[in-house]
Amino acid sequence: MKLLIASAFLLGGCATAPDADPRDPWEGFNRGVYRFNEVVDEAVAKPVATAYRDGVHAEIRDRVRNFFANIGDVFIGVNNALQGKFRESFDDFARVTFNSTLGLLGIHDVASDMGIEKHNEDFGQTFGWWGAGQGPYLVLPILGSSSVRDGLGLALDLYTDPLGEVRPIDVRNSLLALRLTGARADLLEASRILEQAALDKYVFQRDAYLQRRRSLVYDGRPPRERYEDDAPVNREPR
Amino acid sequence: MRTLALVTGILVASLAHAQFEAPDVLVKNVTTEVVELIARDKQIRAGDRARLVELIEAKVLPHFNFQSMTVLAMGQSWNKADAAQRKVLIEEFKTLLVRTYASALAAYSEQRLDYRPLRARPTDTDVTVQVRVIQPGAQPVPIDYSMERTGSGWKVYDVMVGGVSLVANYRTEFNGTVRSSGVDGLIKTLQAKNRSLAESK
Repeated sequence: MKLLIASAFLLGGCATAPDADPRDPWEGFNRGVYRFNEVVDEAVAKPVATAYRDGVHAEIRDRVRNFFANIGDVFIGVNNALQGKFRESFDDFARVTFNSTLGLLGIHDVASDMGIEKHNEDFGQTFGWWGAGQGPYLVLPILGSSSVRDGLGLALDLYTDPLGEVRPIDVRNSLLALRLTGARADLLEASRILEQAALDKYVFQRDAYLQRRRSLVYDGRPPRERYEDDAPVNREPR
Repeated sequence: MRTLALVTGILVASLAHAQFEAPDVLVKNVTTEVVELIARDKQIRAGDRARLVELIEAKVLPHFNFQSMTVLAMGQSWNKADAAQRKVLIEEFKTLLVRTYASALAAYSEQRLDYRPLRARPTDTDVTVQVRVIQPGAQPVPIDYSMERTGSGWKVYDVMVGGVSLVANYRTEFNGTVRSSGVDGLIKTLQAKNRSLAESK
């Protein structure tokens, strides 16, 4: 496994970017890791996720998703507080409270039914909220699209992950594997659509990731971006 | 006098708008109709992609402005294309988008949709219609339709899914291909892509 990763890095290092994108100065390296990830995905993650989706009833998959989402809400609340969004943070902890009790340890998302909406936050977004730029785009082994900022955020996310505290170790590992499997299963359709839509999957996925993260930092309301080549040139008059 | 002019102005503007279905109503009606048609159609539910594409071409396509979408996706490269190339580009991009849209609809047509109230002034000619896909255990996915008022009603010129603009996402790819192999290179790439999609189904 380590050897594979190392060779993917080496392969990536040799490739040179034809058109260097300023947001992606390490494109050659990133493409190498991307290829490695695709091989692992095809060989392991996708087949396991497909079997999970086809073999486990949708309702049970919903419960599993809710269970992990409830644990996730704890640090979503922490991150909202770190961003000074105390109303949202309060909602996040209210969600955890209701879902952990009335929702039977989180398997039912009763909070959403009560109108307390789920949020999407992590340490990468908190850094972004305080003004840190993305930094160069970065493809992480196995974990996929990221950036220098979001990679550091992810390290903190993983470090503070409540699941990491679960003992015995094999129970923790089973939970982590289940969470990953469910997450990949939820992305099966999206990855199929990406496959269809993209001329160059790497570029399409990178640009979608950067757009998505920017939008998330602004909680879905980013200011309009000015591209150098944004101008609707020669656009027919409406 | 000034008040009269203002009132007349507002009246004229609202009359001009009244002849078209409001953009949010349009999105809701078209989406509801298409989702119902898919639910009723056994062939589509069994995976008949060609039939689904047919349905989308008939019901959804007339409400998209593919010229605007292509221009926005091309950015500066649009200036490098001549009239004939532009026509082909619009046609090929349309084919690709319709197929992508078909896949997305097939995948998500059973999700619950939440239509957000439109926040716009009656005189606006460029609005965003917001729909949210509700899914258990996750933050709702926002789908934003950017729409412009044209001579033949409101038309979609961009779709943003989860904050990702479809036309902006194609811009890097399109510009990169035009830089390395010209407008004809991009046309060839698009045609090859569409051919492979038609074959694989």
